[in-house]
Amino acid sequence: MLEGILIGLQTALSLQNLLVVIGGCLIGTFIGMLPGLGPMSIIAIMIPVAITMGDPSAALILLAGVYYGAIFGGSTSSILLNAPGVAGTVASSFDGYPMARQGKAGKALTIAAIASFAGGTIGAILLMIFAPMLSTVALLFHSPEYFALMVVGLSAIAAFAGPGQVSKALLMTTLGLIMATVGEGALFNLPRFTGGIMDLQSGFGFITLAMAMFALPEAVFLILKPKNLGDDGGEIKDLRITRAEARAITPVIGRQSIQGFFIGVLPGAGATIASFLGYAVERNIAPKHEQDEFGKGSIKGLAAPESANNAACTGSFVPLLTLGIPGSGTTAILLGALIALNVTPGPRLMIDDPQIFWAVIMSMFIGNLVLLILNLPLIPYIAKLLAIPRNFLIPFILFFTLMGAYIGQNNATELLMLVGFGICGIALKFANYPLPPLLIGFILGGMMEDNFSRSMQLYGGVSFILERPMTLGLLIIAAGLIIVPVLRTRLAR
Amino acid sequence: MALDRWIALVLLVICIIYGYTAWFTMDADLAPFMRRNPIWPSTFPKVLSVLGIGASFIILLGFEKGEEKTGEIDHRRLGDYFIGQAVFLLALMVIYALCLRSLGFLFSTSAFLILGSFILGERKWHLMIPIAFIATGSVWYLVQEVLGIFLRPLPMFMGV
Repeated sequence: MLEGILIGLQTALSLQNLLVVIGGCLIGTFIGMLPGLGPMSIIAIMIPVAITMGDPSAALILLAGVYYGAIFGGSTSSILLNAPGVAGTVASSFDGYPMARQGKAGKALTIAAIASFAGGTIGAILLMIFAPMLSTVALLFHSPEYFALMVVGLSAIAAFAGPGQVSKALLMTTLGLIMATVGEGALFNLPRFTGGIMDLQSGFGFITLAMAMFALPEAVFLILKPKNLGDDGGEIKDLRITRAEARAITPVIGRQSIQGFFIGVLPGAGATIASFLGYAVERNIAPKHEQDEFGKGSIKGLAAPESANNAACTGSFVPLLTLGIPGSGTTAILLGALIALNVTPGPRLMIDDPQIFWAVIMSMFIGNLVLLILNLPLIPYIAKLLAIPRNFLIPFILFFTLMGAYIGQNNATELLMLVGFGICGIALKFANYPLPPLLIGFILGGMMEDNFSRSMQLYGGVSFILERPMTLGLLIIAAGLIIVPVLRTRLAR
Repeated sequence: MALDRWIALVLLVICIIYGYTAWFTMDADLAPFMRRNPIWPSTFPKVLSVLGIGASFIILLGFEKGEEKTGEIDHRRLGDYFIGQAVFLLALMVIYALCLRSLGFLFSTSAFLILGSFILGERKWHLMIPIAFIATGSVWYLVQEVLGIFLRPLPMFMGV
């Protein structure tokens, strides 16, 4: 392994590759800030550039830099504007945006940068150590386990339910799941609940719904009750994290980097489930007085999903590099790039092309470090975005909200749906319905139904729950995640 | 009746219509070979409709005791806030959506940004106009020319 690490370092630390990774991080960060352009789209756009470079190591280093940059850029728009452009950064907005509203935008971005760096770095260390072994474990997961894992992800609703709000959170989750069933499902190949409307054939767009439930209601609330973002006190450019805060987030980052990495290893699970679960777990294990802070600007609530989603992104490279199986949309595009560069990922990659395998891993370390070094000085300027007067800022937030939905689908009807859903989101917010569970239900709904259906077909009914111990274990964990907080609230009374 | 219960009532109606479709109409056109499957396209929606109806009833009938709290904005006193600006901006978004294709990205977006600021009370035209034009041009250049995602720049009648 040491020899491999040295080969990787030699490749990744050449001047050309260092410049490539810096360029990739910058491009990824700035384009990733645009809602609607997630890592997948940005990497797809950068593939022709990478292929033109000719050298597979340099190309992969560029794409890894773009990948990490795009994830950080996506977090930035979640934290500053409450406009998560990709599912993996939705959970970052739950506490990141309230922090920005309290005038702690600089601090929130710093925590996000540090947590992302730690998540990515710990993930890369775990990747080095466990990659070959984990690839075999990942293959033990089948549809029943994936279904159970989705249920565990949905149990995150308990994390959003305040006292006496469990039924509201449950209703919102169900509504999200219901919305996910609209359109043509992958498994049945039949249009459902479309009412004959062609635009609904492919279902509702994730970005449309995310913008409608988060960014639009927030922008309307800012219009209704005028004040500049970050007016609640504090210095928005202040990046400093106190010693007590650092002590509080360190174990969170450690736990969630490890948990996120192992979830990311499972093909199909990815950063989204890792970030929601990370948030839910940290909220549930936090002391009672800290639990109430979640959703209102808790630093732990921001550090958890940020470290988990970065570690999960690194984890998703395990099946790609060791088995040649892409575990997510982004790694599927990377697989395409590798094949175009005449590199075949799989069990023999480590033996036949060790310089590529190790260069990719080393570029993860360097990419994360470069991102941290580049972004920390930029944070005061990025955070200053919130100091723009509301008369100018709000039209821009609304414009980027509309653009996010439009770029994703290239369909003007999507914009009308965005406004319609946005008005519903505003009404739900007025009535204190928690909106994150709706989005979580929507994101996980499609995958959950597909895996549930496959399991039912394979086992001829629901017997898979009892026949597969891992499925049963995961479902028991999910039940515990919901029941324990409810019981804790009751006992507290 | 409190707003959250009105919303629960609306969602209950939606869940009932959804459930009716899932339980009584969806399976009518199902191919015979699919009827032998342990799972049908309506199976998951059926479960969801029951869950949705149950959760709506719990809220509607007030089974779960929770403290009544007013959010950041009290919807019963909307007149105290800038409701007019919010309504005009939402209407502007709808107009933007309808005009984006026919009037082209450059004109629609510049107009949206200028009118948006105007609705919010801004009157510094020397700032509003150049900012809107520069931002529109930059976003169009980035999205279409750099990223290769088509955005019709000019009005439809100009054929571009």
